[in-house]
Formats: sequence, structure tokens, C-alpha cells
Amino acid sequence: MTEQGNRAAGPDADLTRWSAAELGRAIGAGEVSAEEVTRAHLDRIAAVEARVHASLHVDGEGALAAARSVDSRRAAGQAVGPLGGVPVAVKDVLVTRGIPTTCGSRILENWLPPYDATVVERLRDAGLVMLGKTNMDEFAMGSSTEYSAFGPSYNPWDLSRIPGGSGGGSAAAVAGCEAPLAIGTDTGGSIRQPGAVTGTVGAKPTYGGTSRYGLIAFSSSLDTPGPVARTVEDAALLHAVIGGPDPRDSTSIPAPVPDVVAAARQGASGDLTGVRLGLVKEFAGEGAEPGVSAAVRDAIEALTKLGAEVVEVSCPHFRYALPAYYLIAPSECSSNLARFDGVRYGLRVGDDGTRSLEEVMSLTRDRGFGPEVKRRIMLGTYALSAGYYDAYYGQAQKVRTLISRDFAAAFAAADVLVAPTTPFVAFPFGARTSDPYQMYLADLYTIPSNLYGGPAISVPCGLSEGLPVGLQVMAPTMADDRMYRVAAALESTVGLFTPPEL
Amino acid sequence: MAAISRAEVAHLAHLARLAVTDEELDTFAGQLDVILQSVARVGEVAADDIPPTSHSVPLTNVLREDVVQPCLPREDVLAGAPDVAEDRFRVPRILDEEE
Repeated sequence: MTEQGNRAAGPDADLTRWSAAELGRAIGAGEVSAEEVTRAHLDRIAAVEARVHASLHVDGEGALAAARSVDSRRAAGQAVGPLGGVPVAVKDVLVTRGIPTTCGSRILENWLPPYDATVVERLRDAGLVMLGKTNMDEFAMGSSTEYSAFGPSYNPWDLSRIPGGSGGGSAAAVAGCEAPLAIGTDTGGSIRQPGAVTGTVGAKPTYGGTSRYGLIAFSSSLDTPGPVARTVEDAALLHAVIGGPDPRDSTSIPAPVPDVVAAARQGASGDLTGVRLGLVKEFAGEGAEPGVSAAVRDAIEALTKLGAEVVEVSCPHFRYALPAYYLIAPSECSSNLARFDGVRYGLRVGDDGTRSLEEVMSLTRDRGFGPEVKRRIMLGTYALSAGYYDAYYGQAQKVRTLISRDFAAAFAAADVLVAPTTPFVAFPFGARTSDPYQMYLADLYTIPSNLYGGPAISVPCGLSEGLPVGLQVMAPTMADDRMYRVAAALESTVGLFTPPEL
Repeated sequence: MAAISRAEVAHLAHLARLAVTDEELDTFAGQLDVILQSVARVGEVAADDIPPTSHSVPLTNVLREDVVQPCLPREDVLAGAPDVAEDRFRVPRILDEEE
């Protein structure tokens, strides 16, 4: 481990620098109380949140009550689990009973959900302490948090730059030590790309491996909740808590999550003998900044020194993944977001007694949704409309099949695929908002796994221009353990990446 | 050639129940045109005999026992509504005056 690595794994006087694994162990052993740990993080939030704006809501009282409950259970001799008493921040796309949930949108401002998402329920059941809700691009559409209706989050590495998106709040909270763990959701890269640009670990589980119940739907065939952490082991521990079958989600895979924690620990031993890393030929030279390409090349070199071998694989349809995604996801979004009609929850505009339901609905949606959401709703409406369906949505679904076949062929030759997570390091605010398609390019390398459904993780692998770069490790469906092994092996050799003091 | 006209965007906005302003229409028309021209590249793929994928999980007909499950109390469900009357969601008038 590097010096930075040792510091992040504790022991350090500052509890906010500890890893979740170390906090959980110390709380379980009675060396520190859950309440102390929670207070330390609430103090950190109070000190830096004005500059980072990672959160949309901080539930200090609720967090302290949950922490005290863990402490009293432990005092009564009950086991509290490996993450019992460890704080976690939750992306505001997951509903939380009685706690504001906006999805980054004015249309849900001040809404209090009447139930908890399955992921949130599992966090509570495992004794994790929810600190609050993290900022995000509105309805998880964006790569920078600049599309949040409540203002962007700021990258702890450089406050003039974006923290990625849509889950930029979760990544910024973890990178900035406001929370050791966070939950994100990944539809086209919304966990992995923020992970890459903030130097944190972000994993998209196998689609169906984590429950979508209570996840406010953007693109139902793609949306996947997953962990955000500062170490690979922490991400695996959180993944194990939230994963597994859920009878309330009809697309939940009826099988247990592979043992990702054991895989992360195995990988941390630094031995990858016999592991075949697939390099996607078609990704070479496609759009990545030179500094990103160089850091990724060095990381792959480091993995070969641990015993891994590199094979070249061909995935000829990956170049169509971005266009296919920007037809499929908006199509599903245009249907899913029809529920925001100003009738059952959220905003209602213009109901003055003279306007019809349709007029009120149209005014509500125009005032309540931001520009990116409107663009995607209209794009999806177009792609699904009579006369265009076959050429756009239908064709994109066929391309999706071909991309899955490319993955299947690649995984016959390689155990995992490795690539940059995102083509560029954290960019300055405003750099990509004037041309929406420039923002979409942030997802160039992350989207194929979403369309295929397999798991993928971003792990910090180096710096470019002083900013973090992520290596993405993609694995076959339900082989989430493989990506954790490789990611942990990389972490054991390159160490952790800690931003400068805020 | 533009993939989509301003009039088409206005029609889409109506279908999607978005009361967009004239200014928004000007902006969106240009942006959607750029996006559509980019995503139209999916048409380059020869895929006539390829089956579509709507979902990556190969599950069909997920069944459960037909047993009544507890559901949310009515007051909890109505608590977040913009307007409630007589224990129901109140909506603006649905029909036009002349109908």
C-alpha cells in the first residue's frame, strides 16, 4: 500500500479519512461508537458542504438516531454486521420514507415519499447510517450535475470542475470525505464516470443484481443501483449489502450476488496469474484524451506485472452503442416521465380553475422539468412515434442485440475487458452544456455494459494534468466478482488517490 | 438537411405535454437536429434479421401467489398530492366547456 493508502485505511485521528471496512471493524469491536463516527462526518459536512454542494438534504437528526440505535444494539450484545454504524449518503433518485426526494428536479421539490426503496431498506437493515441525499443531474440525465435544478456539485480535486454525473453528488461526497460510502445509480455511466473523475471507486452491478424498487425510473431496462466508495473492498462490502433478489422488482435476477467481498480481498493480494484482460480494438484511439490513454496504458502494464495477460478482442458494434443508447434511454424516459403529470405528487402549475387538465399538465411539465429532461422526452417521443419507430427505436434495439453478441464473443477470449472509464478528465463548468451531444460523449466507454447488462467498475488508476483517471473493468453478466478481483489488484499496486485538502 | 423541423418539434412538445415557449422551441429544434443526425448512425448497421433486445434479463412471466398484500395507507398516498378532495386526487376539469 502507498502512504496515501495507509492513511485512508486508518487509523488516523480523523475518522472521516477511514475506510468503511475499518470503521465497521472498529465500531464492531467497540473501539469507537457509531455516534462518534456519524458526528465526525456531520462535522465534515458542515465544514465543506458550502464549497462542495454534494448533498440536496442532510438528515443529521435521523443519522444520529440511527447511529445511537446501532450503539445500543452492540452494547446489548447483538452483532451489528461489517458495515453496522458506517455512514452512507444516498443518491436522491432513490425514495426515502419521510425524507425529501427530488431526483434533482423542481417537479418533485418538497415531496416526501411514502415508502423506502429496497436498496434503502437494506442499508437500514444492515445498520448503515444514512446521512442524507446526494445531488444529481435531473432525473439522472447528465454527466456533470450541471443539469441539477438545485445547482451543481463541485469536484473536491478542483472546485472549478465538474464531479461527473449524474451521480456527481455521491462521488463528490465520498471523494471529499463527507461520507465513506454512497449509493449511486448507473443507466449509462452515472456511477462509473463520476468515480473516474473524482478518484473514487464506482461499480455498476449486473443489471437485475440490485433492486430497482423505489428507484425513480429513467430508463427501466438500464437503471442499476450500485456502490460508491474510496476503496475497492468498501465498494464490494456495500454491493453485498444492497444486492440480491427482490420480489418487488420483476427484473430482479433470482440468484445471489457472487461473493464480491472475497473476490476483492483475493485481488488485494496482488496476484492475477492466468487472468486474461481483453483490450477492445475498436476503443483504441477513439476519443480519449492523451493523458487518459497514457494512464490507462500504464495501469494495464501494472496489471500484467501481477500476472495478467492481455488479449485483443474485437467488438465491432461498440461504435454504435452511444447512438443506440441515446435512442433507447430517451424512449424509455419519455414513457416513464409521463407519470409526472401534476396529479398524484409534486408540482402543479396554473390550476386556477379556468384551465383544463391538459393545460395544467403541460404547464406543470414545462415549468417543472429542466432543458435536458425536456430534450430527452421529446427525443424519445420522436423515436417511438409512428413512422420513425422502426428506423430509430426498433433499430437501436437490434443494435443492442449485436452489442451483447460482441460481449459474448469477447468473453470467450478474455475474462474481463479493460478500457478507460471516460474519455476525458473532469472538465470545467460550462464546457459541454452549450452542445448537448458533447456531454453525451462522456458516456462513450461506459454505455456498452449498460446495453449488455453486465457489471463494470471504475477504479482510480492514475492522474492526468493532476486530475484522476479511472480504469474501467467490465465483466460478464453475474460475474461481478471478477471485476472486483482485478480492480482490487490494481488498487494494491497503484494505491489510493486523495484530493488536496479542501 | 435538417433531420427535424421547428414545426415537428412543436408537435412533439404537444404530444409530450410540454408547454414550451417560442424561445425554447428555437433552442430545442437546433439541438434535437444535431442529436438526431448523430443517433441516426444506428441505421448504418445491417440488422434486418437480428432480433431486438428490450431487456438484458431473460425472464418471462415472473409469478407470485395471488395473495392480498398490505399496501400503503390512503392518507400516506394522498399526503404528497398537489390537491385532494374527498379522499381522492382532485384534478382540473377534463372536458372543455363546450363539450
